[in-house]
Amino acid sequence: MDTILKVNKLHKSYRMGQARLDVLKGVDLEIARGEFSAIVGASGSGKSTLLHIMGGLDRADKGHVEFDGRRIDRFGSGQLNRFRNKKVGFVFQFYHLLDELTVVENVLLPAMAGTGSIGWFARRRSARRRAGELLDQVGLADRMRHKPYQLSGGERQRAAIARALMNEPELLLADEPTGNLDSKTGNGILEVLETLNRKGQTIVMVTHDDRMAGRTKRVIRLLDGRTV
Amino acid sequence: MHLLKLIKRYFFEIVACSVSVVLGILLGLVIYRLPWVGRYLEWAMGLFLAAYIAVCILVSYRLKLATHYFLRRPISILAVVAVSLCVFIVLVVMTVMNGLVSEFREKNHSFVGDCVVSTDSLVGFPYYEEFSAELRKLKSVEAVSAVVHSFGLLTQRGADWNMGIEIMGIDPSDHVRVTGFGETLFYHRGSPENAFVPDYDAEATGCVVGIDMMPRSRSRSGEYYHTPRPQQIELIISCFPLTARGALAKADMGIVNTKSFHYSDDSHSGLVKVDGNMIYIPFGVAQQMCGMDDPDHPRASAIHIRFKTRNGLGENVAAVRLLWNSFVEAKSDSGQAELLSGVRVQSWIENRRSYIAPMEKEQTMLIFLFLMLGLITVFVIFVVFYMVISHKSKDIGILRSIGVSRAGVVQVFGYYAALVGLVGAAAGGAAACVLLVNVNNLEDWLFARYGFQLWDRSVYAIGAIPNDIDPVVVGAVVLSAIAASIAGSLGPSVQAARRRPVEILQVNQL
Repeated sequence: MDTILKVNKLHKSYRMGQARLDVLKGVDLEIARGEFSAIVGASGSGKSTLLHIMGGLDRADKGHVEFDGRRIDRFGSGQLNRFRNKKVGFVFQFYHLLDELTVVENVLLPAMAGTGSIGWFARRRSARRRAGELLDQVGLADRMRHKPYQLSGGERQRAAIARALMNEPELLLADEPTGNLDSKTGNGILEVLETLNRKGQTIVMVTHDDRMAGRTKRVIRLLDGRTV
Repeated sequence: MHLLKLIKRYFFEIVACSVSVVLGILLGLVIYRLPWVGRYLEWAMGLFLAAYIAVCILVSYRLKLATHYFLRRPISILAVVAVSLCVFIVLVVMTVMNGLVSEFREKNHSFVGDCVVSTDSLVGFPYYEEFSAELRKLKSVEAVSAVVHSFGLLTQRGADWNMGIEIMGIDPSDHVRVTGFGETLFYHRGSPENAFVPDYDAEATGCVVGIDMMPRSRSRSGEYYHTPRPQQIELIISCFPLTARGALAKADMGIVNTKSFHYSDDSHSGLVKVDGNMIYIPFGVAQQMCGMDDPDHPRASAIHIRFKTRNGLGENVAAVRLLWNSFVEAKSDSGQAELLSGVRVQSWIENRRSYIAPMEKEQTMLIFLFLMLGLITVFVIFVVFYMVISHKSKDIGILRSIGVSRAGVVQVFGYYAALVGLVGAAAGGAAACVLLVNVNNLEDWLFARYGFQLWDRSVYAIGAIPNDIDPVVVGAVVLSAIAASIAGSLGPSVQAARRRPVEILQVNQL
């Protein structure tokens, strides 16, 4: 198995006033390249926390995550920024698009942020072409110049997926991508993810919906802060 | 249509270029006024412009986001208004104040010439003629004028009033070549050498009176009313003649200390103390009345000097000082040589320091007060950005999640602040320039329409509200406003950028 991501004995807790809430209690996990996995569990089971630590958005208290054999907890801030920009793509439940930018500009953002000034100047035409292709792929070719608030929930999530794929990340992390959508629209989003996976994209999706999880190749259950 | 599409497509690049061009021009204007880069101006400006345009275009996503925030957030208007008001007030007050100070300095300069060799002692100093001859040999010296300066009493024949006055004995032919005395006259402006010749009696000894010494009415526009010819007025001046030792001369020494003069002209120097106290009389007569006409060692109070060029004042004054020192050394064994020891060689700035310094101090105080105003602007920007960033924390989380660095986030808000500063400063600067250019017309209109005069000419010595816009001041104020805006945004944006992305995104999810 070609492992892209390995989670080793991950611990994470939060302070709630005087009390300490242990969310993750030694999670072990391996994700193979090209896999479409779903992490499921009850609300508050630590699914999103695990996803955030896997994607370098948060840090664990104990344990570590290896990406392509390199521990991301040892990354400096510059390396971590590059990791988030190049290696992983995030899709959030609430889309998290920038309202001020058009759809295509939102999609271009990771490319703009990831290249230096001169780099962006040199590759902006090819980046625009790729953004167009991605939007075409998710069915938003005719909505490129629209603002996020002019789109439906499903369309926004498609735009968010296109943005996550802009820099051709090796791993796509989706945090409840259908959680804010009706079932028909949610199915549409899942179809997009399935299509991407068929083309070789590694995807880890967090969901509390067993029906959605059932459509992935592998289901990882979190219970009491551990995988079962 | 194609052009419109192009403009729409490259809108941000166009904005970036325009911003950089404006900044480049402003910086260029500042650079232009700095002597040490004067000859490198072209390439310095070119280089700056090219670099700035490149940077602006290349880092366009930050500028793009910043421009969007700027255009879409109504709160930006508040910040822009704060900056523009501050720039407007600072520019208007600094221009008027700078104008007043420079006009005042110029009038003082015009009053004394470029350099003054003088003594504080009312006894005066001897050998002034010899030293004047030495001075005339210097290549840098254009003209010299010996002066007697003393104090006295003024009255009018038959009147029961008298007043303390300053007396200046001059040779008008020399003095007009050194100072702006000729320009201050009314009746003899075309022939200042005849300043002491009254029109009504060519044989009489005339005197030129400071314009504010005699009751005289002024128009609302500040002009003094004059009769077509000087009025026939006889004035009596009494002096306190001193011996070379500094004692009052005895009555039986044949010294004339009281003399009648006929009013021949008045002098309007624009300096309140001079115009309200000074009477000019012929040099020889002044020497006689002050006891300085010793046949062996005639004395003067000062020698005023004009240099050929205005540049290199320090070097020219130093040359005069050197010449004076060697002159004093050469005269050390001569009679009354002790009177030479109290003589100073000063530039006009040093000589008039006691008059100019208070005004410059007021100017410094004003600048300090406006720095306070600048601090308030920084605080307003800080508050505005704190509010903006609180609303935009989700965006910061998103940017951080796609790999934008903390510095990148700070830069986005830095550009936003720079835009606020630039637009605010441009608006405030433009409004200030419009007001300053038209301020005198506006004041005239107010007076004509409502009888209200902002700048009462009958009180102020200066004829018009100073409104010469100095590009360096404009450039400095605009750049300071931009810097203040960026400074105001720095705290909130750094604080926001330091937060963990997941923390921000989760908060916004709730």
